[in-house]
Amino acid sequence: MDLHIVWFGIIGILLAGYAVLDGFDLGVGILHLFSKSDLDRRIFMNSIGPLWDGNEVWLVVFGGALFATMPEAYATAFSAYYIPFMLLLCALIFRAVSMEFRSKNERRWWRVMWDFGFFAASALATFLFGVAVGNSLQGIPIGADKEFAGTTLGLLRPYPILVGLLAVALFAMHGSIYLYLKTEGGLQQRVKHWMWTTFGIFMTVYVLTTIVTLVRFPHVVRNFETMPAAWLAVVLNVLMVANIPRAIYKEKPFYAFVSSSLTICALIFLFGMALFPNLIVSSINPEYSLTIYNAASSQKTLRIALLMAIIGMPLVLTYTAIVYWVFRGKVEIGKFSY
Amino acid sequence: MDLDVTLLARLQFALTIMFHYLFPPLSIGLGTLLVFMEGMYLRTKDTQYEQMARFFTKLFAVNFALGVATGIVMEFQFGTNWATYSRFVGDIFGSALAAEGIFAFFLESGFLAVLVFGWDKVSPRMHFFSTLMVALGSIFSAVWIVIANSWQQTPVGFHIVGEGVLARAEITDFWAVVFNPSSMHRLNHTILGAYVLGAFFVMSITAFYILKKRHEEFAKKAFTIALVFGAVTSILIAVSGHFNARMVATYQPAKLASFEGHYKTGRGDFHIFGIPNEREERMDYAVAVPGLLSFLVHDNFTEPVTGLDKFPKEDRPPVSIPFYSFHLMIGFGVFAIFITLYALYLRFWRNNLFGKRWLMWVFVFAVLGAYMANQTGWTAAEVGRQPWVVYGLLRTSEGISKAVVGEQILASIIMFGFVYLLLFAVWVFVMNSKIQHGPDSIEMPAETSGENLLEAAARLANPSGPSMSLAKQEDVETQLVHESISPKFQAPQKRETEEGK
Repeated sequence: MDLHIVWFGIIGILLAGYAVLDGFDLGVGILHLFSKSDLDRRIFMNSIGPLWDGNEVWLVVFGGALFATMPEAYATAFSAYYIPFMLLLCALIFRAVSMEFRSKNERRWWRVMWDFGFFAASALATFLFGVAVGNSLQGIPIGADKEFAGTTLGLLRPYPILVGLLAVALFAMHGSIYLYLKTEGGLQQRVKHWMWTTFGIFMTVYVLTTIVTLVRFPHVVRNFETMPAAWLAVVLNVLMVANIPRAIYKEKPFYAFVSSSLTICALIFLFGMALFPNLIVSSINPEYSLTIYNAASSQKTLRIALLMAIIGMPLVLTYTAIVYWVFRGKVEIGKFSY
Repeated sequence: MDLDVTLLARLQFALTIMFHYLFPPLSIGLGTLLVFMEGMYLRTKDTQYEQMARFFTKLFAVNFALGVATGIVMEFQFGTNWATYSRFVGDIFGSALAAEGIFAFFLESGFLAVLVFGWDKVSPRMHFFSTLMVALGSIFSAVWIVIANSWQQTPVGFHIVGEGVLARAEITDFWAVVFNPSSMHRLNHTILGAYVLGAFFVMSITAFYILKKRHEEFAKKAFTIALVFGAVTSILIAVSGHFNARMVATYQPAKLASFEGHYKTGRGDFHIFGIPNEREERMDYAVAVPGLLSFLVHDNFTEPVTGLDKFPKEDRPPVSIPFYSFHLMIGFGVFAIFITLYALYLRFWRNNLFGKRWLMWVFVFAVLGAYMANQTGWTAAEVGRQPWVVYGLLRTSEGISKAVVGEQILASIIMFGFVYLLLFAVWVFVMNSKIQHGPDSIEMPAETSGENLLEAAARLANPSGPSMSLAKQEDVETQLVHESISPKFQAPQKRETEEGK
């Protein structure tokens, strides 16, 4: 078995896990300002209160796994995306601060200030993730020495910005479906409208992005020739996207949530298919691209890390399941709430 | 602009790691104390233990959240600022970091949710189990990161592949990496340091309650638990420190020499005080115990200890920072042993500990010393390793990112400086409001204190802001005044909204 491919898969799974889980709590943050009342906003924050911290660990483990198994790609990507990643870190910290701070005072301006911070940090973090994905698809200037040879502003090209917007629309939709699951009564009815709106926006950006990608970067489908089974992911993607409005219409929000989660997974899978076997595509010369072979750790490290993943992942899934089970059901504002 | 990229990258690392390291040691220390408190509650059904567990869990949660938020920065920073280093060590260091994520972080943050939000949702046993898992997770986290750092101090179990800029360390023996010569020594020292901090933290808050005659019975009980824990760990950490120093003398003699300002090879004197004179390579105003360093290292008062003169100039660490920080750490260590043993004597033999107001005041502030010792211990260890980032293999100046320019780092230092100030304010503010609020009594509805913006602003603007201990006294007073003039704020039913998470 080719350990390099196995690790490409595991890193993809970690990224998908992060996008599905932190996706809904970032989405809740993006939607935060659209409800005006304080109680609604508290319900939003408390719907993700016990969960966001654990969700963010997926990002940490994604980074750790990349560092351990593909250190060259980790080093090149992280130093290339220097400013965007620093902004991302600040946004993630700011989100945590906003949630902690907001509940500590009842003054209106105080709460509005943190509400705005929570929204802006969530939207910025999501957008930056999308920009990073867009840049990876389009390729960035990587020299023969595996080092980034571009500038920060050079990363803000139209296509990455489009993918950034797609990420915001996708997570907003994902978050609205999550909120529908966690709310009741009048608020839930309002959230229902948001599901339709965000779905509409997502569909628009999704179709646009798909067209632009296929027209401008036809190489993204080249792996499908050698791996026709991957078309199943495309089919799954389309079916899942189509199932979201169906499930909303039929008042089966849980299916809608599963569908939007699988939509995210399918998109990440397609992202992986577009890259494979590259991790970072060089726009200067394809020979300079970092691949799962020339960026990888030694076989021994790949084996050790795989053993860790085999021992660790079932444990992780168990804790995640326990925590989601304990905090199932509608949000109740109680004495431990934000 | 011509900016020194290495210096800026080091400054940024120092800023972010030192800020981050305000939180994890308290999580580790307090976590273990929480396990004890909640375990005692399950055994004895004494509600005071439950009160303790609930109260300190609230503080633990805030502290933990900040540890996570600032920790993500650390993981990203290896790649953003130290890309060449990351390429060099990724094969080894990366595995330890990934292990930390998968074995420790998920455990901690998953069960933390149950710990904080789950009091009413799960059974007491399940809650206790969650506390245990969080405490264990925080220790696992220390295990992996200390192993990774120790490998940089005493690298073994690897071979170098490639040459020049393409050279990489590749793992040859995983267990040799895990049990490298310094890892276990440094691990027990790190964890004991966290335990001492946890103990002094609990003592600080409870001593304050005792002084203010608030929640006295609760405070005395918690103080005693922390005192015993603090005394035991303070003694153990001295023993552990001794073995660490011997290990450093064997594997990183230049580092030990810089800790001790030991410029010339010869009899090792142990400095009680001194000012390193880096230009003339000697100690000014030195007050030293002759031969004590030789004795500590070699069990013999005259045997020579390797000095900095044995190392080429370009391989020597600076002396001032390691010397001062090492001695500040030791100074607090000695203080901690004496103060806790004296307090134990008063508590169990004379039975008048809590009447000694001056001593209670000492304990209110001593936690700052414990924070300082945790910080300076690491400072000594990391600066003493210079000029190497991986000892003897890779220089710090060679480890930085080639694609990053000084302006980018400067911009991010300013950004982090701002965000961290804000974060620090949150931490002081939230911790302080929870401490002011005090433990909830289990039977009755909680007492609630009014909290208005002016007080919050006053607290944030308070020049003594950096320490919640310093800020505490005045706040209680303002708050007491405030409560007496506006009793309407004291509606217990408001707890829901005011108490927050």
